[in-house]
Parts: sequence; structure tokens; C-alpha cells
Amino acid sequence: MSEHLLEIRDLQARVADGGIEILRGVDLVIEPGEMHALMGPNGSGKSTLAKVIAGHPGYEVTGGDVLLDGKSVLDLEPDERSRSGLFLAFQYPAEIPGVSIANFLRTSLNARRSEEEGDLDVFAFQKLLNDKLGLLQVQPSFAARYVNDGFSGGEKKRNEILQMAMLEPSMAVMDETDSGLDIDALRIVSEGVSTLRGQDDRMGVLLITHYKRILGYLQPDQVHVMLNGRIAHSGGPELADQLEEMGYDWLHEPEPEPVG
Amino acid sequence: MPDNETVTDLGLDEYKYDFVTDEKPLFKAEKGLSEELVRQISAHKDEPEWMLEFRLKALETFYSKPMPNWGGDLSTLNLDEIYFYLKPQDHMERSWDDVPENIKQTFERLGIPEAERKILAGVGAQFESEMVYHSLKKEWEEQGIIFESIEDGLRKYPELFREHFATIVPPQDNKYAALNSAVWSGGSFVCIPAGVKVEIPLQAYFRVNAEQMGQFERTLIICEEGSQAHYIEGCTAPVYTTESFHSGVIEIVVKKNARFRYTTIQNWSNNMYNLVTQRAMVHENANMEWVDGNLGSKLTMKYPSCYLVGERAHGEILSIAYAGDGQHQDTGGKVVHAAPNTTSQIVSKSISKGTGRSTYRGLCKVYDGAINSKSNVECDALLLNDTSRTDTYPYIEIDENQSSIGHEASVSKVGEEQLFYLMSRGLSEEQAMTMVVRGFIEPIAKELPLEYAIELNRLIELEMEGSVG
Repeated sequence: MSEHLLEIRDLQARVADGGIEILRGVDLVIEPGEMHALMGPNGSGKSTLAKVIAGHPGYEVTGGDVLLDGKSVLDLEPDERSRSGLFLAFQYPAEIPGVSIANFLRTSLNARRSEEEGDLDVFAFQKLLNDKLGLLQVQPSFAARYVNDGFSGGEKKRNEILQMAMLEPSMAVMDETDSGLDIDALRIVSEGVSTLRGQDDRMGVLLITHYKRILGYLQPDQVHVMLNGRIAHSGGPELADQLEEMGYDWLHEPEPEPVG
Repeated sequence: MPDNETVTDLGLDEYKYDFVTDEKPLFKAEKGLSEELVRQISAHKDEPEWMLEFRLKALETFYSKPMPNWGGDLSTLNLDEIYFYLKPQDHMERSWDDVPENIKQTFERLGIPEAERKILAGVGAQFESEMVYHSLKKEWEEQGIIFESIEDGLRKYPELFREHFATIVPPQDNKYAALNSAVWSGGSFVCIPAGVKVEIPLQAYFRVNAEQMGQFERTLIICEEGSQAHYIEGCTAPVYTTESFHSGVIEIVVKKNARFRYTTIQNWSNNMYNLVTQRAMVHENANMEWVDGNLGSKLTMKYPSCYLVGERAHGEILSIAYAGDGQHQDTGGKVVHAAPNTTSQIVSKSISKGTGRSTYRGLCKVYDGAINSKSNVECDALLLNDTSRTDTYPYIEIDENQSSIGHEASVSKVGEEQLFYLMSRGLSEEQAMTMVVRGFIEPIAKELPLEYAIELNRLIELEMEGSVG
């Protein structure tokens, strides 16, 4: 069995407790260092795929598998998946009032250390945080703010990128990280992702996006189109241009009738 | 000699020397309440006649008032089974072995030093806190600050005492204030002289440990004009007593231009009925702040209040309540605007876990003529489980049109999305839950002195263990 970084095999999932089926057999393979873009119209199942990969309790997997480094993650809790190297940048990150970003990051880093290692030294943490803030050109005062509390859309995305930089995942799934961003913020996010890929050339990225515009900043190795809960089409970066020109309709034809 | 027999029965060998030097007749505590008991308490404390009369009258008031038919469930509180007066020696009849295992474990995990644990559990020798208290006391005395037990306050400062005692919370105020007035014992007497600013908080902790805590404590604090102080009472470690009823009265006068903050964090064992009346009379341009944390107990009913009786007086009440399984925290605050340009703020946060229930009960009253008064009430409740419960009873009585009153209430559950978000960063479900709770109380925790904030956070972490099914 070959070990891909991320392998999704015929994944089927529905809303928990017998809700509607959203993923209807997704196949996708990402190798270390690769960046894939996943595009598709609203409601095609892109965000659901991201949440199912990360283990959101609102969905249940009814078939297929998700493997990270060749090991199935489906029996793992979301925190265990995170500690295995998976990271999900949220489309709508939750607000945690009263908890500073720095405190949250320190707790997250400590959660992935073994008992023998013990908690990260406070000074070592501060240095690491300062390094990452510098790398992403974020003001140090940002880390003292409460997690996403009252943040603008751009600030929330910046916070996601900062967390990704701190946690250094092997596989990052970015759920519409570009939505709701003005051009400057979009540049910050895409530069952040480029910077982090530059730091770790083995890191895989699945970039879920509704728009082509972020692909002007980031060049994916492959582009996939999702329709009705399946990957309907895959290709090189030129696929994004085709979609821009022709929309999604031309891809609809081979699809079976939607259920229900 | 019957008295000595009692001591032997109680296994008080280590205290026998204390006892022998005690000149007072030994008082044999009995269950239940009676006029005879009240007379005995007063006699045992060598009180002046007026205090005995005050107590007896308060006892009548207690009998005449009906049980409150609001708030928590008091039907299981059996007053005939309660010791209404225990001398310090009686408190000491336990040994460390009698302290329940879970209390010991909590001390252990809070990292409370051995000596202190025993004091908290009511079994230890108290020399250390006595020493701390006496060295601090010397410093305070140099500034003219009075910080005594309430009994010593009555004995040493009879006029000052009588001038203020029971003027802020009269016995007629409520049934349990009447009960306290009849049988009070223990508590602090504090007076900050005019213009004196006390930098280091006055900590009742040391004084109380030096004498044991009273079930019916009575505290009277007088802040003279222009004075400033911060008083801290209680501690976050669980207070273990074999008694199950605590009913205190705290009276504070904040005179013109004075500023006072009273911080109390209490964590009672979960068999405790805790009914406390805390009130401050706030005069012209003075500032009063209550910072109040309630954890543990079976039922707590406690509504710190500010009577704003002078122009531009300001009152503030910040409170946190944590209702664990089977507990009911019926808490809140009360502000009375009785002068123009007075301002007040109530911020109340409650957390209910398991079958815990927290109730916010608040009163904001603006009298006719208290023009330009402003009050803002914010109460937020956090429910951790589907079985947790919260209620809000905000009473607002406005007799003055030219005033502005704001009330905001929110109830939230720890959301699935919040938990998923935190867990997706590697936090276990329990860590995630704890983080949300700590964030929720942060606005109040940051008002606490650092060591209290740290202890509170650690305590919340302990409380949160096993909160995830």
C-alpha cells in the first residue's frame, strides 16, 4: 500500500442523525508538498468535505475512508486528528471571548507535547510566537486579543494563518479562507500560505475556494471541481481559467440526477 | 469535673492547655434556637446590656417573619438540627482523618501548603496565620486602621461600633438578617480613618484563620471620608465545616469621597445553605465595589447591594456564580439610587454544570428626585449541559423619569462550534470546555488579585473535570 500524505477514498457522508447525504463518493490524493485547489458552486459539498476530514460531530461518515500518512483518521476525535498533523483553517472561525490568542496557542502547543516533554517553557513559547508573528508580519499586540472576538473577516483569517504557522501541520485544509476578504487581506492570506509552504516544503495544502482570484496569488499543482458531492473533474491550473470563462454548467452533464 | 470530661470526650488533648488557661465558663453547645441560647451567647461574650437587648429583639423579629417564599428551596433546612453557637474550641473537635477524602484531594491539587490545609479543614494549629496577622496588624495600627474581630471591635470601640452597627442592615430587613442579629458570632470590625489610603488589601483570611470562621459572622466596615481600601475575605479553597448553615451579615459605610472594594470568593462544601446579606451605604462622591464569587454550597442566596444615598455616589457589583451538580446559586445584586447623579453597574456571570442551577436576581430602584441616575445591568449565563438550568429575575423600579437604566441578559451554551474549533487545534473536549468557561469569567477574574485569579482558574479546572460525558 502506497502512503500518500492525504488520501480520500470513496468518501460518503451525511448530516448526523440520518440527515441528507452530502458527500457521495469523494476520491482525492495529495502528496507531500503539493497544493490542490478544490472549487465548485455553493452547496456542492466543499465545506462539508473539509469538516468531515477534520472530524466535525455534525456529520457522519457512511462509507469510504480518509487516510493521513496511510492511517485512517475516521476513528479519531478532532483533537487527535489535529495532533496527528491535520489542520483546518475555518471558513467561519468561532469566537472565544476572554481567551487570548497567545493563551490559546500555548494550550494548543502544549496539548501536542508528551508527558515526558512537559509544557513548553514560557520564554520558548514567547520566542516562537514572536518569530511567527514576524514571519507573517503581524503586530505582537494581535496575540493579546481575545480569539476572534469582534474580529473583522480579515482578522479572523489572519488568526487562522497564525495558528497554522504555530502548529506546523503536515496537511492543511483551508476552507474558503479567501471568502469575505478585500484585496489587501487576500494578499496577506496568500502570502502567509506561500511563506509557510516555503518554510516546510513537505506540507500539503487543500485550498477550498469559491473564487478563482486567490489562485492569482497561489499556484496549485492540481485543481478539482466538486459537484453534487463528488469530484467531477480534475486538471492542472488551467482548469481554473476554464471555470472562470465557462462557469460550472459544462461539467454537469455526466452527473446522475440528484437524489430526492 | 464535668467540663473536663467534655474536653476529653472531644479528644482535645492538644488544646487542653489552652482550655485550662481559659477563664470563661465552658459553654456547652446545644442544637436549636432559643431565647436562653441568645442570652448565653451574649453572656459568654461579656456583652453590654444594649447588645443583649438588640439580640433578643432580633430573635423576636426572626420568629415573626415568615420564611421567604422566593429564591431557593429552604424546605429541607431544619433549624432544630443546627448548632447556633460554637466556641472556637468546638470547631476544633475534628482530626485530619475525619476530613473527607475529596476535600483533601482538592487541597492537594490546588497546591495548598500542608499547614494551610489543616486550617482550612478546621483541624490545624493556627500559629502561622496568627503570626502573619500580628505583623500586618502592627503596620495597620501605625496608620490608625482598626482591623479587629467583631467582638474586640465592640469591646474596644464601643461608641464607634454602636453608632454604625445594624444601621445598614437592620434586623427587620429580612428573616435571616434577623437570625444573624440574634446569634451573630465572629466576623471583622474595620475602620479606615479619614484620608488614609491602604495600599495592600486587608485580608480577612489571616485574621479569620487565627480565630476560626463563624457560621453567623457579622462584619462592620467603616470608611471615613476620603479613605481608600480593599478588603478581601475568604479563599477559593473549599471550606470544610461540619455545620451546614452559614448566614452572614456584612455592613459597610463608605463616607464622602471614600473608595472601597470588598472582594469575596467563597467555595463551600456542597451540604451548605449559605444565606448572606451584604450591603453598603454609599455617600456623596464615594465609590463602592463588590467583587463576589460563589462556588459550592447546596444553596446560596446572596445579593450584594449598594444604597447610593449621596450625590454622585457610584456602586458596582461584579459577581461570578458556579453551580455544580445539585447546587443552586441564587445570586445577583441590588442597587438603590436615592440621590441625584448616582451611577451603578452590575455585571453578573453564572455557570451551571450538570444539574446545577443558577439564578440571577437583581433589583434596581431609582427614587423620585434621583435625577440623572444611571444604572447598567449585564447578566450572562453559561450552561454546560442540557440538564443545567438558569433563570433571570431582574426587578426594576423607577420613580424618576430623568434617569437611564439599561439591562442586558444573555444565556449561552458552550457551543458545538466553539468546542469543535478548539478541539481542531488539539485540545481535548474537557480542555476546550474549560477554556470556554475561563474565558467567560475572565472579565471578573481579571479584577481579582493575581493569586486569587490563579486559584480561581485552577479551581474551575478541577470543577470541570468529568464535565464531559
